[in-house]
Amino acid sequence: MNMTIIQLTFRSLLGRKRALLLIPMPFILIGLTLIGRIAHPDATDWQQPIIIGLGFAVIVPVLSLIIGSSVIGSEIDDGTIVHILTKPLPRSEIVISKLLVAAGATGLVNGVMMFICGWLINGARMAIGLAAGGLVASICYCALFLALSVVSRRPVLIGLVYILLWEGLLTNLLTGTRSLSIAQFGVTIAARIGDQSYFVPTLSAAVAVIMSVVFVVVSTFIAIDRLRSLTMAGETS
Amino acid sequence: MNSVELESVSLWYGNVVAVNDVSMSLGPGVTGLLGPNGAGKTTVLHMMAGFLPPSRGTVTIGGATAWRNPEIYRKVGIVVEREAVPSFLTGYEFVLASARLQKLDDPVGAAQRAITLVEMNDAAGRKMDTYSKGMRQRTRVAAALVHEPDVLLLDEPFNGMDPRQRMHMMDLLHTMGEAGRTVLFSSHILEEVEQVSGTVQVIVAGRLAASGDFRTIRRLMTHRPHVFAIRSNDDRRLAVALLAEHSVAGVDVAATGLEVRASDYGAFTRALPKIAIREGVRVSQLRPSDESLESVFSYLVAQ
Repeated sequence: MNMTIIQLTFRSLLGRKRALLLIPMPFILIGLTLIGRIAHPDATDWQQPIIIGLGFAVIVPVLSLIIGSSVIGSEIDDGTIVHILTKPLPRSEIVISKLLVAAGATGLVNGVMMFICGWLINGARMAIGLAAGGLVASICYCALFLALSVVSRRPVLIGLVYILLWEGLLTNLLTGTRSLSIAQFGVTIAARIGDQSYFVPTLSAAVAVIMSVVFVVVSTFIAIDRLRSLTMAGETS
Repeated sequence: MNSVELESVSLWYGNVVAVNDVSMSLGPGVTGLLGPNGAGKTTVLHMMAGFLPPSRGTVTIGGATAWRNPEIYRKVGIVVEREAVPSFLTGYEFVLASARLQKLDDPVGAAQRAITLVEMNDAAGRKMDTYSKGMRQRTRVAAALVHEPDVLLLDEPFNGMDPRQRMHMMDLLHTMGEAGRTVLFSSHILEEVEQVSGTVQVIVAGRLAASGDFRTIRRLMTHRPHVFAIRSNDDRRLAVALLAEHSVAGVDVAATGLEVRASDYGAFTRALPKIAIREGVRVSQLRPSDESLESVFSYLVAQ
């Protein structure tokens, strides 16, 4: 962990227009939950499409994609990464510092958003469960998308394919693919900690936790290794 | 820790050879890396900086491999040609961040010294997106110098600088070279290299075309055959007279004028006015037709 990199990344994140996208999306989910709560106090009717269909399947991964792919990917794109790479720093220090900023920012926004929605649905326990699920999913997504941004020059495209095709389509058709779906880890953790009468967990708690750790560790390891070998060809060469 | 060695280094992308069997050894002092655009200067520099792995051969700095070895950056400072700067930082913050990332004992003092060295004190408090290209360049040089590296690699460092800034940067490189540091800078402008460095490495089409003392190479360049396009009111008469001149190797007569191949640049340019006056021919145009740097370099390769 390197405080200078954390500060630089945080300031860079706040300075990018992408960060503005962090603002409206949580309000949409909270607003819809509020409308549902006022219109139908029994949340079992509407929480599934809003919290899982919109929250865990769209807003949490998309926010993570925006932030996770930009903390290092944007710097590789515009060339400012050279400033950090030409320093005698272990590449693990760079990747872990960047991941902390991405996961911290996304986890905070998604966690608070889910906490408020959970509270509106069914009080404190539900709130804590959803917040924990949102936080775990944010960390996993950020690690994955950060690694993608080092490995590929098209991290957003590949990330969207993962979110839409793998998680959105395949996990509904083939249940075996759920153990490789971050959204399912989040939902499972939310359900196990929160209230299972509202959410039916699709995986066991152990699988969700272990696979979350595996996703973060493997993604981070790949990002560190690829950053060590990041090549920069000159434009005039 | 201040030698840079390239041993039989080649680099290719698929079927395209970008650098072809280049060997060079750089020691303390300023060396110019000269070559036309697209010759492979940046690729060579990037291999030295550890940004690219050679396909064959070895690149070492102070005996240590440059590729996948961040430890070399303790002793190496790098200014690449296209390095965007974080525009949200002030010049001072940028240099200070470099000092902190180098984990120096006194980052604040080091940052201030580096900024003073490049004469950026007045503008150091301004955001970098308000800087001119030259100011950004000088700030990047300050960031590369903040840890007082033994080896300094600069890719086209004079780009975007006004003449005064250029002179100052040249003085700075001189001072660093005299202090025993190894300074390598690339340029496609002959005069820049001439003013700053005594030794040059000339790269053409990915190959090391010439290497050594600048004056020797310059002499080779001046005495190479030149081609001139000439227009006059009597091309044939002038052609006949020119053929008798010993510095002329050949003359082509075309509808658009004469193309004269001179074997000695100096002797020909001194002789031409005298011949024209003697023959009563009025010369309306005299234009060197192969003065591009590429043709100069091609000649060096042939030598």
